[in-house]
Amino acid sequence: MSGRAAHAGTGRELWLAIAAFLVALAMPARAQQDVPEAGPLAVSRPPDAENGRRIVTDRRKGLCLLCHSGPFPEVRFQGDLAPSLAGAGSRWTPAQLRARLIDSRLFNGETIMPPYFRAEGQSRMAVAFKGRTILTAEEIEDVTAFLATLRE
Amino acid sequence: MTGRAGRAFALAILLLGHALADDIPANQRLSGHDMMGAEAQAMQRDDFANPAMLAVKEGEALWKAAPGEGRPSCQSCHGDAAESMKGVAARYPARDASTGRAFDLPGQIQACQTGRQAVAPSARESAALLALEAYLSLQSRGMPLASPRARGLEDAVLRGEKLYRQRFGQLDLSCAQCHSQNWGRSLGGTRIPQAHPTGYPLFRMEWQAIGSLQRRFRNCMTGIRAEPFPAGAPEWVDLEIYLKERAADMAMDAPGVRP
Ligand code: HEC
Ligand code: HEC
Ligand code: HEC
Repeated sequence: MSGRAAHAGTGRELWLAIAAFLVALAMPARAQQDVPEAGPLAVSRPPDAENGRRIVTDRRKGLCLLCHSGPFPEVRFQGDLAPSLAGAGSRWTPAQLRARLIDSRLFNGETIMPPYFRAEGQSRMAVAFKGRTILTAEEIEDVTAFLATLRE
Repeated sequence: MTGRAGRAFALAILLLGHALADDIPANQRLSGHDMMGAEAQAMQRDDFANPAMLAVKEGEALWKAAPGEGRPSCQSCHGDAAESMKGVAARYPARDASTGRAFDLPGQIQACQTGRQAVAPSARESAALLALEAYLSLQSRGMPLASPRARGLEDAVLRGEKLYRQRFGQLDLSCAQCHSQNWGRSLGGTRIPQAHPTGYPLFRMEWQAIGSLQRRFRNCMTGIRAEPFPAGAPEWVDLEIYLKERAADMAMDAPGVRP
């Protein structure tokens, strides 16, 4: 695989893109540059960080702590499939956090993190969820506002 | 390339290589039994404590009973299950020679009910079908799962693998992303198993009942908010066939117990 990529021009570009992405990932404790961003979504009310926290810790609503851990002492069972959310607000700008929530495939095509604000493109959506996003625009803004408060 | 980009490039290759070789090496395969707590393991291994053994008893009675006036029992054709059915469950699903269709074990039982006993088939997930399946599966205890590929089911293996690697549902996740790439990790406190189908049907405490492999598949599909395939659908059989290829040579330990 690596041999083929080194010879093919387009393969090489792909590798460089991946490498650049990894360089970005390797930079610690400072907001990232050159990563996807998304501006505020149109919402009917101002963002509510407290509600964002509720969503993040609700395993049926946000589902976040199925995979992530974080500074939530009241949540007994947390996941270890993903990095801790502690300090996420120092590592990423609100626009980057929002973009990741909307569709984390923009950051990593192979990610396991669900696309929270995309209702199309999934196969065999359960009938009860058809045409619906995991979170509403208001909830995306609430979670973004909350994550921005998680600073190190 | 600068030094930094060069290092990142090497790292990228390393990580990608890891992601591509994303299934479990044969010598690291673990059954669901191997991955659970000691208490549940002990319950599975003790036939007097394993609640699924009640279904086995029921299955034995059904095997011997005529399903109706003048209708032949399973035993009247097949004889003693301990002999005639030894190793059968370990090589299911199997292809029906005349139709070319692959049958899972409950599907084969239903086919005998309709075609040989001339009775209405027991429904999927019914107590009777699970009992017969549990009784027959026990006759393969300790035997290695036969490779479906080696039995001419290559096409079904490939279809099943495609399903296993396809993202489904609102959460947009594939079976492989959990069971091949993240097994052993904690999904909100639940340890993700490798999904080897050695122990089905089994008693699951969360169900408070014995249930089939297809019921387990359905649970995982609804967990990712995907529409499950209908009971008995060929897609489920293909998935089972792929999982059995992936688990080939692992020992059968049905009926199992799960938390
Ligand atoms: C099914 C698992 C899963 C779920 C559920 C999930 N994530 Fe993630 N998340 C990941 C993984 C894995 C990563 C690491 C990057 C990648 O692989 O995409 C990640 C990365 C992140 C990051 C960047 C972490 C960092 O600082 O580098 C943030 C922030 C984040 N997730 C927030 C959330 C929030 C908020 C939720 C709930 C609304 C959530 N995630 C739900 C798997 C998940
Ligand atoms: C989000 C992660 C996730 C996804 C995606 C997923 N599963 Fe699972 N699966 C689990 C977990 C966790 C368990 C164990 C549940 C428990 O013990 O309560 C499990 C259990 C199983 C088991 C039972 C294993 C045993 O030893 O009893 C099988 C088989 C299985 N899954 C197959 C599948 C198939 C097929 C798919 C795709 C259609 C799939 N899973 C998708 C997380 C997942
Ligand atoms: C009238 C005779 C008859 C009766 C009654 C009968 N079967 Fe069968 N069974 C057969 C024959 C013949 C085959 C092989 C050909 C086929 O697959 O149809 C078979 C095949 C099977 C197989 C597959 C064996 C293998 O080696 O692949 C299983 C399992 C099975 N039967 C279970 C049952 C069960 C359970 C019952 C009772 C509910 C039952 N049968 C009732 C005649 C019968």
